[in-house]
Amino acid sequence: MLKISNIETFYGNIQALRGVNVKVENGEIVALIGSNGAGKSTLLMTVSGVNKASAGEIVFNDKNIESLLPHDIVNLGISQVPEGRRIFSRLTVEDNLRLGASSNDKGIHYSKDIKDIYDLFPILKDRLGQRGGTLSGGEQQMLAIGRALMARPKMLLLDEPSLGIAPKLVNQIFVAIKNINKEKKVTIFLVEQNAKKALELADRGYVLVNGSVTLEGSGQELLKNEDIQAAYLEGGGKK
Amino acid sequence: MRKNFLKFSVKDSLFTGLIALALFGPIVGLRTVAKNEILIVQPKWLIVILIVAVCAIGRFLINLYVFKRDQKLGNQSTIGKSIGNFLDTKGTQIAISAIIFSVIFPFLPFTDRYLMDIAIMMLTYIMLGWGLNIVIGLAGLLDLGYVAFYAVGAYSYALFAIHFGWSFWICLPLAGIFAAMFGVLLGFPVLRLRGDYLAIVTLAFGEMIRILLLNWYELTKGPDGLTGIPRPSFFGLPFKSFPDEGEQTFHTFFGLEYNPMQRIIFLYYLILVLALITNLFTIKIRKLPIGRAWEALREDEIACKSLGVNPRNTKLTAFAIGAMFGGFAGSFFATRQAFISPESFTFIESAIIVAIVVLGGMGSQTGVVLSTVFLIGLIEVFRDFESYRMIAFGGAMVLIMIFRPRGILATRKPTIILNNKD
Repeated sequence: MLKISNIETFYGNIQALRGVNVKVENGEIVALIGSNGAGKSTLLMTVSGVNKASAGEIVFNDKNIESLLPHDIVNLGISQVPEGRRIFSRLTVEDNLRLGASSNDKGIHYSKDIKDIYDLFPILKDRLGQRGGTLSGGEQQMLAIGRALMARPKMLLLDEPSLGIAPKLVNQIFVAIKNINKEKKVTIFLVEQNAKKALELADRGYVLVNGSVTLEGSGQELLKNEDIQAAYLEGGGKK
Repeated sequence: MRKNFLKFSVKDSLFTGLIALALFGPIVGLRTVAKNEILIVQPKWLIVILIVAVCAIGRFLINLYVFKRDQKLGNQSTIGKSIGNFLDTKGTQIAISAIIFSVIFPFLPFTDRYLMDIAIMMLTYIMLGWGLNIVIGLAGLLDLGYVAFYAVGAYSYALFAIHFGWSFWICLPLAGIFAAMFGVLLGFPVLRLRGDYLAIVTLAFGEMIRILLLNWYELTKGPDGLTGIPRPSFFGLPFKSFPDEGEQTFHTFFGLEYNPMQRIIFLYYLILVLALITNLFTIKIRKLPIGRAWEALREDEIACKSLGVNPRNTKLTAFAIGAMFGGFAGSFFATRQAFISPESFTFIESAIIVAIVVLGGMGSQTGVVLSTVFLIGLIEVFRDFESYRMIAFGGAMVLIMIFRPRGILATRKPTIILNNKD
């Protein structure tokens, strides 16, 4: 469904991605793990078109998207939940959700789609008229995911959904991600620092180190891998 | 705590005095006078000491009574709080009563020609403020060259009306469209700019338009300006004291005595309607997808991109629509003055309009009205004391910034406030 080949991305003179290859099949949950500054977010931003790749190819459903503009990519069916949620904090929850539906003609499904979002995250219904900035971190993350879903994506890019959120809510959000994947049939490409949680959820995973993929495999394989345990999972490095 | 604070205040005010001395010492204190055909420096230290003392003591008092640094964060001073509460809770009532007042204003017993002129000028600024509010308040793009669109509107109206003889009601929309096109023209090169850089480029754009008007003599008559701009008519009925043979004018049609005030009152209602249209448009568009996209863009551009909002189109429409209303106001200005020259479109005009929007509380429609009345009214009140006008203007800004740092009517406040539990 999504094939990223030999992607290179620069910030000015600094190379953030050095020939990354990642493949995401239809219906999968794929996790990308790696430490701070490995280039995880850059990869997602490059897929969604906010950052431009200087070399390489990104193919989504047999269509090259690496040179398209972000809003065109959203229209093709890739929505992103950006890192740090990036809620419109002075707009109401409802306006945030409406903005999610701003691509294409998706606005006409608004009332049906918003019901689905409420089923997924009932708390948002109670917060409808409240400004986005007054929500808790977890609620904001739910809102950010809901906002991205309003565009009816085929594929959802999630950037660190557990960042800065209470552990109890993290579980809730991961359950919701699983639901979105299984029930709404949305393919999920997930970037996480919380490697354990992400790999438990994912069908397959990739490990990104200094801008290149060093390991790939099924979620279970990677969880058992000793190098990964040492580098990213608790209990590692004791031997 | 209290003692520390006092010490801090004294220190702070001394420091302020020092800055004032450094600034005003050379500017005010050293004065060159010609004597026996040579320039000699004549110091005026008394006035410098006076200014420095005012600055230092003023700063001390502000520290003591307004800032109160030892207070808990978020506690406003009592005066600021009471003004704020009043404005926040009574916003709608103020708006409605202001509209009613402005409708009956021309027929109030104390209203004379002078007051009408001021009211028309205020309404022009209110309209400009509302137009600029779309760009600054909603889309969050700091535009310091807004007067350019005002100028484009005024000149295109004047040129269309003079050369083609078209009526006001044809030229007005044309001038608006023209200004909107210039808005897009400005928008394209600044799409990638943000914050300070955007402000500088827009400022330069404003100056470019003015210099263009000044130098393109064949079209704009340069510094001589354009004269003989036709006055608007009341649906085809002109305002004239001596109508031509067989011509219907406003006063003959309605069987009234001729009175020059009729035209003034008509102009007043014209700008009132134009301004209210601007306001209504802004209120409505805020609830439409494009208005929502503007506000979202102001909040977070990256989030906008990732949601499929096209930032290019969104910014360009904000510039274009803001410019269009500037153009309408410009047309009105041209038809009211019957004479325009580049002198009316200097940077200070842009600065005043930006000040109106910012001091009113960015994004607040009622705030624009209040700050216009306050600032323009103040400038008028001080008209007799010509040299103190700008001091009063600056002083007013300082006062607003002290008591209402987010503008007279701040819209940027949370919808629910949790009470402190202590």
